[in-house]
Amino acid sequence: MAKPKLKRHLINRDWCKGCGICVELCPKHVLELDEQDKVSVVRPQDCICCRLCELRCPDFAIEVETEE
Amino acid sequence: MAVKDYLRERFFPHLWCPGCGHGEVLGGMIRAIERLGLKKNDIVMVSGIGCSSRIVGYVDFHTLHTIHGRALAFATGVKLARPELTLIVPMGDGDALAIGGNHFIHAARRNIDITAIVMNNRIYGMTGGQFSPLSGINVSATTAPFKTIDKSFDIVELARAAGATFVARSTTYHAQHLSEVIEKAIRHKGFSVVEVLTQCPTYFGRKNRIGDAPEMVKWLKDHTTPVGSKAKQENPELIERGIFVDIEAPEYCEEYSKLVERARGGSR
Repeated sequence: MAKPKLKRHLINRDWCKGCGICVELCPKHVLELDEQDKVSVVRPQDCICCRLCELRCPDFAIEVETEE
Repeated sequence: MAVKDYLRERFFPHLWCPGCGHGEVLGGMIRAIERLGLKKNDIVMVSGIGCSSRIVGYVDFHTLHTIHGRALAFATGVKLARPELTLIVPMGDGDALAIGGNHFIHAARRNIDITAIVMNNRIYGMTGGQFSPLSGINVSATTAPFKTIDKSFDIVELARAAGATFVARSTTYHAQHLSEVIEKAIRHKGFSVVEVLTQCPTYFGRKNRIGDAPEMVKWLKDHTTPVGSKAKQENPELIERGIFVDIEAPEYCEEYSKLVERARGGSR
């Protein structure tokens, strides 16, 4: 199976509470919290589409969209 | 269907604190249900009282938000009346094992086909951080300013001894595993218990200086090990995760329908 290729991260800013779980536990340090304490994607080129941010987000605020 | 198709999106963002693990358990549960291909109308989710019990408000299934500790009793009633439905009962540690301790052991004893998910954050969050029967020794809580001296239950051993036919434990660090064991628990015919070690950063984490939510999630990684691992022999303090019990035994609703058949046959 080919490696999944990142299309984009879908972020729901209204639902994100800035707990930082996705930021701290991302194996590739793709994410950071912005000045409003909401998740933002700063290094999308490093994303390996493991979806751990999506699975661990307690607020359903981040989704990893991959190319079909 | 996507995860959001199972949610009542109008109630989001949910009421849980930033970093609370309950939302992740909800996600794991929904992904399990999605993989099982269950219809929303065939699922009944019953809860009691507490932070964890607010989970039923957010899912687009048949839901009952009942009284403290008695969710399993209500679920037993629903299951006996409509055995074809899938019953899932999410509970907190206090709801399941303090207030509802008796309902918990007796549901396990009967082996009724219900999936109980105990979200164990070792504290009563909603009422302000009192210690629970799962807090364990040497824990700070608002009701234990000089730390606890009470031993905690081992949910896995308790459920096993009470007669549950499927018992597993996972954590919010192990998101993939969490969803997989919930899937197996729902598929299991009989009473299944999944203990999920989760984090309450607002009360447990702050009072016990474990750190913020990400630190608490990492704590769960560092303090658990797969069941039967060598690490456990070297360090008995580690908490095991995995599937502990998975056996077949007569299921309560099936036995009850046989009893009804027998009684009808006898009266003719």
